[in-house]
Order: sequence, then C-alpha cells, then structure tokens
Amino acid sequence: MAAKSIISRPVYGTLSPQPGKHHLFIADAEGALAITDMAATAPVGFFDGAHIIYIPGPDGAHIAALEALRPAQFYQGYSFASALPRLKQTLANAHMGLRLYLAGTEGLIGQAMQVALEAGIDHTSMQTEHRGSLARRMQCVHCKGITENVTTQPATCSHCGLLLLVRDHYSRRLAAFQGVCINAEDRSEIPPMEEIFR
Amino acid sequence: MSTGTTKLDVVVSDVVPVNDLVTRFHFRRRDGELLPTFSGGAHVVVEMRDGDRTRLNPYSLMGSPLNTGEYTISVRRDDVGRGGSLFMHRSVKPGLEMVISYPVNLFSLDLRAKKHLMLAGGIGITPFMAQTAQLAAEGGNFELHYTCRTASLGTYADVLQQRYGRRIRLYHDDRDERIELDRLLSSQPLGTHLYVCGPSGMIGWVRDRAAALGWPSETVHFEHFAAPLPGAPFDVTLAVTGKTIRVDEQQSLLEAIEAAGVDPPYLCRGGVCGQCETNVISHDGKFIHNDHWLSEEDHRSGCKIMPCVSRFEGKSLVLER
Repeated sequence: MAAKSIISRPVYGTLSPQPGKHHLFIADAEGALAITDMAATAPVGFFDGAHIIYIPGPDGAHIAALEALRPAQFYQGYSFASALPRLKQTLANAHMGLRLYLAGTEGLIGQAMQVALEAGIDHTSMQTEHRGSLARRMQCVHCKGITENVTTQPATCSHCGLLLLVRDHYSRRLAAFQGVCINAEDRSEIPPMEEIFR
Repeated sequence: MSTGTTKLDVVVSDVVPVNDLVTRFHFRRRDGELLPTFSGGAHVVVEMRDGDRTRLNPYSLMGSPLNTGEYTISVRRDDVGRGGSLFMHRSVKPGLEMVISYPVNLFSLDLRAKKHLMLAGGIGITPFMAQTAQLAAEGGNFELHYTCRTASLGTYADVLQQRYGRRIRLYHDDRDERIELDRLLSSQPLGTHLYVCGPSGMIGWVRDRAAALGWPSETVHFEHFAAPLPGAPFDVTLAVTGKTIRVDEQQSLLEAIEAAGVDPPYLCRGGVCGQCETNVISHDGKFIHNDHWLSEEDHRSGCKIMPCVSRFEGKSLVLER
C-alpha cells in the first residue's frame, strides 16, 4: 500500500461493484486480483455488461482467472500504449451509465485516469485499487520529459540526465509525480541512490 | 453573518405579469451602478417588509449573467403559502425600494461537462433561464426538458423555444406527455452532467433513476428551495443567549430566532446551503424536518435542525443558539 503523504498524493480504494449499465475495467499485472476479489461480491450477471482491458505483463499469470469471469469483452494488450487506442475508442462511444474500474500499478491507474478525465469522468467517480509495484511515472520539472517505472530515490531523468528528487507531488493532468533537481547548487554532490519504490 | 448576506439597495424597475400564476420583477441598483456579477443558477434573498413583518425568501436569478444592469426574478403565486409570493404579487410595484442579498450560487453549472442535460418542472425553470443564456453565449452543449401543467402555464416555454429551438423539449401534463426518463438518461454521451429543478417529487424521481442507471452522484445537480411550512406554534429555549421564544404559526424558526434579536448565519433560507445548521441540546417531542441539507441519519438522531425550513411539535426544545 502507498503511504499517506501530502494531499496531491493519490490514495486508492478497494474496487466495489457500482450501479450502472456497463462496466469498464482497466488493469495490469496483479490488478487482475483486485477484479477477481471484487467479483466475489458482484451481483449475478454483473460481468455480462463488462469490458476488461488487461495488460498482463511478462508472466501472463492472471489471464485465465479474468477470462473465467466471462466478461462481455476481454482484451489483452502488450502495453498501456498498445491498449490506448481501444480505451479511447471505448470511451468516445460510451454513454452515461458506464462505470470505470482501474486496478494495478500506479502508472497504469494514473494513465487510464488521465484518459478518462479527458473523456469527462470525474476522478472521484472512478473506482481504483492499487496492486503490485509502487514504481512511479515521473515528470522532470526541468526538461518536462516523463520517465517510466522509477524505483529509486533520487532518480536520473531519462531525457536530460539531471539527478531528480522524486516528490509525492502528483499531477492527475500529467499522470506523473514531480521530479526536481536534487543537487542544483552543486552538481558534484551526489546523494546515495536507494531503491524505495518497489 | 456571511458574505452571502451582504445587502444590495435596489429599486423595482419593472413588474411584468407572465401568466395566471407567475409575475416577473426587475431590480436595478438605486445608485445606478452595475449589480455584482453572477453565474447561472445563482439566487438572491429578497427582503419583504410587510407591515411589522419581514420575510426573506430566496429566488433564482433568471436574467442573462451577461447583463448585470438589472436582476430579474419570477415569482409563482402560492395562495396557501406563508404569504411571501402574495406580497410580491400584490404589493410590489415599479419604483418600490427594496433590499436584496448578494447573489449566491448553490446550483452552478459544472463547466467541465461535455454536455449539460437540464430537467425543469414548473417554476423550476427559472435557474435554467440564466444557465441556458450563459451556455449559449459560450457555445455550450445543452438540452432542456421542461414539464409544465398546461401550455398556458409553461412559463417562458415560448421564449426558450424561440431562442434555442430543438434544444428545448416540452411536456404538458394535461396532454399526458411524460419524459421517457430511463431512455433519456441512458442515451447521454459520457461526460454529461444532469441538472434538475422542480417539485421535490420530481427531483427525488430523477435522482433515484439516475443513481440506478449508473450516473455518479458528482454528475447529478439539483435545487429545490423548500418554503418554510406553516404549522402549530411551539416554544424554544435558546441556551447560549438564554432566551425563550415562541414560533408562530406563520413564522419560521429562523425568523423567530432573528425576531428575538439573535443573529444566526444564513444564506439560502430554503434548506439547501447548510449555513443555519443548529445543534439541538435537548428535546421532548417530534421534529418536522423539511430540508435537503442534513442526512437521514442526522434527521433521525434528533441532534440537528435547519431552522430556516424545519419545525417542531412537542413539549420542549433547547437549541445551541
């Protein structure tokens, strides 16, 4: 679980079935387990109106468990980027009554939420559950480049190479945490790098 | 007192009968300056000085928010109410100097919406007059479904159709025309927000169906000013100020508290905004809750009351005022 911090640091809940006509799930890796756990409390027929977009990751461990829920539509993607056109198309054609459930890593939840916000869903209307890695998507405030899967503190910007302090300050608009140069006064000062976002 | 109760000195610049039940009132500032800016859905509280009695009733501003040269409200005559609307209809004439509050908006548009779906019932049309004008000016996407008893009581239906054509859909009770609510709610594009203003039965129906059909509560906006209902007189002890007061049949609890010289905060005086929420210290009797602010749990607990619209029947009531 993510630790409590400043107010912009997202907090996640536990998926629960919402009233609605259609249910769209977006999950990666262990996020599948949040969906199967929720399924235990879902009313009969709930998944008849469900669409699951799943990015299993390298081991593909939970695909069968999700298919066993017999959702109306099941899609497997190689990456969030490869699933994105399908997600955008689904939201563009959707009507009110569609409910959104996001489960898995923070990067996945954040990026799916970013797309859904643009489609007009309020972030408080989305169900979220964090499962798996705490690796962060980070935006360098200096060059604006985004570095994926940041696990260390500090972290090196994959674009401009500055050494960045990864803050809890989060942007829903960018779906990223803020990274700020940690040694701006004296670039020769290199603090030790620890792996803390596992 | 809060900012919303800051007063504006106005003069009635016009009084226009609209139909058998509704009259429109225009206000301008006495000093000739522009009135404060407002947004669609805002209301003002109008002070009605009727002999030794002062009533304070909220009315939605119905003019375009782009025009702050004047404010306009429309008042539906209620022959069995506490007399506020009758006072407006009978005693308010052009040239009369009145006092109104600054505008307060408890029913504002969510401008992040991709589309605004509006449902009006009867005189509940008034906030939508301002909201549609605001949206039309900025090219906003809206659709208004308006239920009225008869065509002749469809206040401003003609004006709206003239301005916005097919964006306005009318339903007449006397012709048995009914909104196909489930179909309407299920066919809206993602990102639509829903606004409903009308009788409390209509608001309850729309909110229930929207929730059942999967509309998140953040997307459902409603406004219903409860008028304080008359009722049997009752006595109240105000523990903080050490006063005992009597609430008359035609008076609201808030008005009685104010008449005793105690000045609790208020904004809407219609059971909506929550400003006048008051703690109950003890009671022996039954509450008649009439607000839309407190939760059902609060109502059951007997620990809180909204004195603007709610009453009490019984032996004793002690409030923290």
